[in-house]
Amino acid sequence: MEEEKIIFCKSGGCTAKLGAGVLEHILEKLPKGEKDPNLLVGYDSKDDASVYRLTDDLAMVQTLDFFPPVVEDPYTFGKIAAANALSDIYAMGGEVRTALNIVCFPEQMDLNVLGEIMRGGAEKVQEAGGSLSGGHSIADDSVKYGLSVTGTVHPDRIWQNNTGRVGDLLILTKPLGTGILCAAHRVGEENPGGFQKAVESMMTLNKYASETARKYNIHACTDVTGFSFLGHLHEMMESGVSCHIWADQIPVFPGAVEAAEEFLITAAGQRNRNHLEQHVIFKDIPFGMQEVLFDPQTSGGLLMAVDAVDAEKMQRKLLEQGIPAAIVGKITEPAGTEIYVTQSRKW
Amino acid sequence: MAEMEKKTVNAMGDVCPVPLVKAKNAIAELAGSGKVEVLVDNEIAVQNLEKMAQQKGYGFLVKEKKEKEYHVEFTVSETEPAETEEKTVCLVPAAKKTKLVVLSADHMGEGAEELGKILMKSFLYALTQQDELPDTILCYNGGAKLTCEGSESLEDLKDLAARGVEILTCGTCLNFYGITEKLQVGSVTNMYDIVERMSSADRVIKP
Repeated sequence: MEEEKIIFCKSGGCTAKLGAGVLEHILEKLPKGEKDPNLLVGYDSKDDASVYRLTDDLAMVQTLDFFPPVVEDPYTFGKIAAANALSDIYAMGGEVRTALNIVCFPEQMDLNVLGEIMRGGAEKVQEAGGSLSGGHSIADDSVKYGLSVTGTVHPDRIWQNNTGRVGDLLILTKPLGTGILCAAHRVGEENPGGFQKAVESMMTLNKYASETARKYNIHACTDVTGFSFLGHLHEMMESGVSCHIWADQIPVFPGAVEAAEEFLITAAGQRNRNHLEQHVIFKDIPFGMQEVLFDPQTSGGLLMAVDAVDAEKMQRKLLEQGIPAAIVGKITEPAGTEIYVTQSRKW
Repeated sequence: MAEMEKKTVNAMGDVCPVPLVKAKNAIAELAGSGKVEVLVDNEIAVQNLEKMAQQKGYGFLVKEKKEKEYHVEFTVSETEPAETEEKTVCLVPAAKKTKLVVLSADHMGEGAEELGKILMKSFLYALTQQDELPDTILCYNGGAKLTCEGSESLEDLKDLAARGVEILTCGTCLNFYGITEKLQVGSVTNMYDIVERMSSADRVIKP
């Protein structure tokens, strides 16, 4: 097959997401209809996926996600888009069952490119233990790909995102900086090592982190995607708690802070900053790191609120499996400001 | 004085980080000092450009020309961080400063205790009259009595709490004085939290 590069869209991956502010405005105006008691997680919360109870011990988890290319290579893009879509099931503590392809593709483009994208996606669904059971495609002027995924979970073991407790430690399972590194790559100023690491990480399923975490006391979980680390953390604090974040504990891809200091930053990152700034106090956090914390992530890691007794044991287990998990902060009693970011953990 | 060198960069239709990269390159091409005007079509790009100006200490001016056309001007000076005569349009709000009040006793200052108690009462009343309220009031040791039944400042503290001031009392202290059940305002905290808050506050006020 001739190597054909995907027409590069202006903003790929989760940087293409609409801002949270815009969405809230629309969602709150939608007619809701009568409440179905079996809909355990839905529009009322800003969770990662919806959960519907089928029987007392079985609930269905549904999510979908698709976006424009983040990388030139179609096969790699397929893997990243699929890993990103599947992640919402893992963020709810569920298992992947079936997946449907979502495809937008220009008619005049080489269909082999689409084949490569879908091959990458199918391999990830297979790795997740799910069955690819169909899909839908439309002709469009730019490439977009993703999955609609159905999973299952026990109704008593759903990981919601806003049920963390005071004293819980926060564990993050992938480094930050994919948005900045992809932006740097797009303008040809990247640090090659860092970009390659980010690509590897974006292709990695959150399955393994989720499965390991299920053996411990997880009070809340979400995955870090377009709204950035601080954005998803903000959703986690929605129940009225606050948190302290220790910047020097946060894993970041090599070169991401430096790229941000060179202003290789995205519009989505600035939208995140505008939306979240009022909830965050930075204590001596340099500009580059602030930008990383607002950086939209594509196929980011899980962010979990873990019982303090379990956190270190769980982190060790994750590290043994090669998952770069880090304890990045702690949930506190409600404070004047929701999120305090300090340079380091005081003790 | 010689005319300042001025460059114009068109970044209409470009998506970040492209406008920033174009601006950076144009600034690099200036012979030390001068002005760079950047044309962009959205406000988010303007905000990103402003962050760059702030970080680099460039003068920054934005003149919105038309609906989807913004002209942003950087002034770069060789020596000091640039200070333009034109007014800087501030789009990015400054980070909020945290103000913490620490009450470590039920009286204010050393000397006659009776006087100290009167002073503390009027301090807390005066605090309610300030335009800019503290974010948090931390009470420990004898200060724990101020948030409990029998305190003459309860009304003022409740007023502050209702206006968004977070009031926290040390749990160990409530326990020690046997007044845990008598707490009337705010919530209980611990030493870890007290230390974090005292060290992360921008200002700590101790009467």
